Amino acid sequence: MGGLPAGPVEATEHDYALWEKRVDALLVLLSKKGHITVDELRRNIEGLGAEAYEKMSYYERWIYAITQTLIQRGVISIDELGSRMAQVQQSDGKH
Amino acid sequence: MASTEAMPARFAPGDKVAVKAAFPIGHVRTPYYIRGKHGVIERFCGTYGNPEELAYARPGLPRQPLYRVRFRQAEVWPGYHGNAADTVDIEIYQHWLEPA
Repeated sequence: MGGLPAGPVEATEHDYALWEKRVDALLVLLSKKGHITVDELRRNIEGLGAEAYEKMSYYERWIYAITQTLIQRGVISIDELGSRMAQVQQSDGKH
Repeated sequence: MASTEAMPARFAPGDKVAVKAAFPIGHVRTPYYIRGKHGVIERFCGTYGNPEELAYARPGLPRQPLYRVRFRQAEVWPGYHGNAADTVDIEIYQHWLEPA
């Protein structure tokens, strides 16, 4: 990250989980509708700090940054987010 | 907002430039490791909304000229052991460049 020493790059391809594809699609739709710029995404990913950045997977960073942007812009409220997350958790992944 | 609102290009291919050695907080696309280094304009890439503004949901105008700048690896990385002729190209916005 940022020109700091790191291990070798893992160049293998892998299959994406359904949720990862959904996150990708979500960003495309939000960009087209003018709710996010890729620069806001990057800024919020940078805002994770080095430790969280290392721990999270690629699309985990994306959904974190997308969510942060939507809260910052007032597209969703924290209350809406929390309520919806609780709802999904209760339905035990049937979504 | 006028999408034609762009800063005029200051540099042409072959021009020697220095990257600003500035370290502001905020979203900056100029990599840390290239700040303060000297390179040569390889090509003009067009004008784009300023990512330092777009990152905060502002319009990013005037659009900034973007250049591909070529650097010698030996200057970029201390103790570089590769071929002395090796280079690295980095795309940098005009407001980060000064004539050198």
